[in-house]
Amino acid sequence: MSSLSCREVVELVTDYLEGALAPDVRAALEEHISVCDPCRAYIAQVRTTTRLAGLTRELEERPDRDALLAAFREFRRGG
Amino acid sequence: MDEDERDLIERLRAGDEGAFMMLVEMYGPLMLRLAQNYVRSRAVAEDVVQEAWLGVLTGIDRFEGRSSLKTWILRILVNRARTRGERESRTIPVSALEGDDEAAVDPDRFFSLDHPRYPGGWSAPPVAWPEDALLASETLEQVKAAIAKLPPRQQEVIVLRDVEGWDPEEVSAALGVTDGNQRVLLHRARSKVRNDLERYLTGVAA
Repeated sequence: MSSLSCREVVELVTDYLEGALAPDVRAALEEHISVCDPCRAYIAQVRTTTRLAGLTRELEERPDRDALLAAFREFRRGG
Repeated sequence: MDEDERDLIERLRAGDEGAFMMLVEMYGPLMLRLAQNYVRSRAVAEDVVQEAWLGVLTGIDRFEGRSSLKTWILRILVNRARTRGERESRTIPVSALEGDDEAAVDPDRFFSLDHPRYPGGWSAPPVAWPEDALLASETLEQVKAAIAKLPPRQQEVIVLRDVEGWDPEEVSAALGVTDGNQRVLLHRARSKVRNDLERYLTGVAA
């Protein structure tokens, strides 16, 4: 595996973070980011994005409990 | 299947209201979020969620535990939502990968591949994000909005993986995608959300 360009690195980030890269590609990517600040920053931003996505769970709305409970009871009555 | 899950399934089969409401508590918000992606209104999304629960109650006697309960419930929800979405004739992209050809980052931000010094290197590299803005609640709202506007399949994958923290295997089982397709969808989703976040944060910083 020869060296990777930055443009290629950004397309490999997810496979890299998922541990799905072939060993030679992974080695080439790690070699690249060891000397490329912008790509390291980019990968850090992807990680930050992932972390913030996790925090949006707090913002989720709940479905109407009463309606679901009523539907459950009707179902049990064989409705 | 673990002890708790077996117990929950038994209680649900026996018509235990508490068990049902516990599941509603656990998976209801996620189901509503995913349903809203396929239909126009909140009311119809609520309807889809209710339909899915009725599907769960109808099918629980036949549930064999080959997948986990949450995977099975999610699969029912996604199927109902897709069916309802088609009936509402919302355009659902045909390709399972949805824009597989899109670049993660705008190609204009890189030097050309035949650039003498930096072939394919950053011409407009990412700028550091302001730490304090990251913690602001508006930023989270932006992330949520960025996720909400993703095409349905990308959204399902990023919600289950990054928001809910499911394992890749669980997500593949719930959505019926291969591991490879899941990674492609996740890649598109994360790249777009990062882009939106960057646009927002660099605007904030300016």
